[in-house]
Amino acid sequence: MDKLRYERPSIKQMNAGLMNQYGLKTEYAPVLDIDGVPVKKIISEYGSPVFVISERQLRRNYQNAVRAFKTRYPKVQFAWSYKTNYLDSVCRVFHQEGSWAEVVSRFEYQKALRNGVPGKKIVFNGPDKREEDIITAIKNDSLLHIDHFDELYLTLELAEKLNKKPRVAIRVNMDTGIYPMWDRFGFNYENGQAWNAINKIMASGKLEFTGLHTHIGTFMLVTSAYAAAASKLCDLAYNFRIKFNKNIEYIDIGGGFPSTNTLKGSYLQGVDTVPSIDEFAEAITNTIVNYGFKPEDLPTLILETGRALVDDAAFLLGTVLATKRLSDGRRATIMDFGVNLLFTSYWYDHEISPAQEFTQNSEDMVVYGPLCMNIDVVRENINLPLLQKGDNVVVHKVGAYNMTQWQQFITMRPKVILIDMQRNVHIIRETETLDYITELEKVPQHLTETNL
Amino acid sequence: MKLKSNIATSETGFIFNPSTGDSFSANAVGMEIISLLKKNKPLNEIKKHILDKYNVDEAVFEKDYDDYIAQLQFYNLIDTM
Ligand SMILES: Cc1ncc(COP(=O)(O)O)c(C=O)c1O
Repeated sequence: MDKLRYERPSIKQMNAGLMNQYGLKTEYAPVLDIDGVPVKKIISEYGSPVFVISERQLRRNYQNAVRAFKTRYPKVQFAWSYKTNYLDSVCRVFHQEGSWAEVVSRFEYQKALRNGVPGKKIVFNGPDKREEDIITAIKNDSLLHIDHFDELYLTLELAEKLNKKPRVAIRVNMDTGIYPMWDRFGFNYENGQAWNAINKIMASGKLEFTGLHTHIGTFMLVTSAYAAAASKLCDLAYNFRIKFNKNIEYIDIGGGFPSTNTLKGSYLQGVDTVPSIDEFAEAITNTIVNYGFKPEDLPTLILETGRALVDDAAFLLGTVLATKRLSDGRRATIMDFGVNLLFTSYWYDHEISPAQEFTQNSEDMVVYGPLCMNIDVVRENINLPLLQKGDNVVVHKVGAYNMTQWQQFITMRPKVILIDMQRNVHIIRETETLDYITELEKVPQHLTETNL
Repeated sequence: MKLKSNIATSETGFIFNPSTGDSFSANAVGMEIISLLKKNKPLNEIKKHILDKYNVDEAVFEKDYDDYIAQLQFYNLIDTM
């Protein structure tokens, strides 16, 4: 007689409070493939854990965002926010789609150049531009977004030295009704600092004043904040036009649109609470169109959208290392990935799906990573099927900030693969090796022998 | 290891503790263990029954069994002696 399929014994308290109106099962429908490529096949070929990026979803997100803005406004340009995900292949997908580059350091700037972005299509943001960076940017005719007066004076000095007229914008910070207000970057609008900076630039005659930039925050949940920001930048542009009889070429409204991840501590799923790109586009373009510019004077609208374009295009596949029970009776599941790879689990309750079929039985558990560190918690509380050692899982929406803020801590970083439009699989970043990690280390002569 | 004497169970996996008013549901293997515990079967008999019926290694089941008993204790369904 054939034996029955075994599932580890489990008991669960029935509690009306656990049910919510969205149903219990949302988190444990199994995910067996990504873009038609079986999860088990990916893991057997590329190992576990492994990051998987869908080129199809990257392009779909980009085209949808462009559509949302271009159907509402005549002049739109996206600039890919490198810090959100600067794997070359990801950047190049966006560049192929027509996106410029937005960078905040020399390292990112050089990466953008190597990815084939012409200097004049690089937006250079951030408080950390060294003298040699500014020189490079001026020579390449990049868009220098000035963050503070020290940088403004340095740029003036270098413009004179190089005998070139750099194209500059200023970053503006402002009250958009959002708390906390991001006032550490750029020049303040309300206290007149931004207007003052513009006047200094114009008085110098040495810089080409081209644009106004702001980035009001990240994972913004209200569209009205963007309407407020756009209105304040329009006010500066309008006054600029009156005083200097010239048009501002562009308004750069930054990034900050949320992805559909669920923020920690929020009861509702992200998908149910987050405004769509279309709603943000409506708020921003409405404000600019109705501000009072003549049609031919309308500035180009630049967007530095990051997470909303990339988050849901990437997955992290992993494996259960062990399950155990904690002193208070809770179930704990230990995965082969932790906060070292999934930095965003500090902010999000990442959705995790099993990668194989299960019975309908489930249990509440805490999900830990493999690090020997107390902080390594991927989910504090999640209801999943009865996972056991060796089972595979899929973590959703991990494309933003993880592949840039991941840490080489305790373990090495795994492969990243890309599934292209034809469902071909490409390794776009190899597994790190001991030699790669230690390549830059130097051992002094007296430490070469350990003699144990 | 003894299930509390007043615990009510049904074939379909429903478990009720009248002294606390708590109700529980168990999966198939969980339910079998509870019925065997109710009949005061010793561990070796429980083990034999499950190993004969289900496709599972002895070592795996022993680990799962200990874990399951810990859950029953946690939910106050077992008399701790
Ligand atoms: C200047 C600037 N632009 C764009 C972005 C991208 O933001 P997000 O990923 O929230 O769209 C950031 C992120 O911090 C930023 O600092």
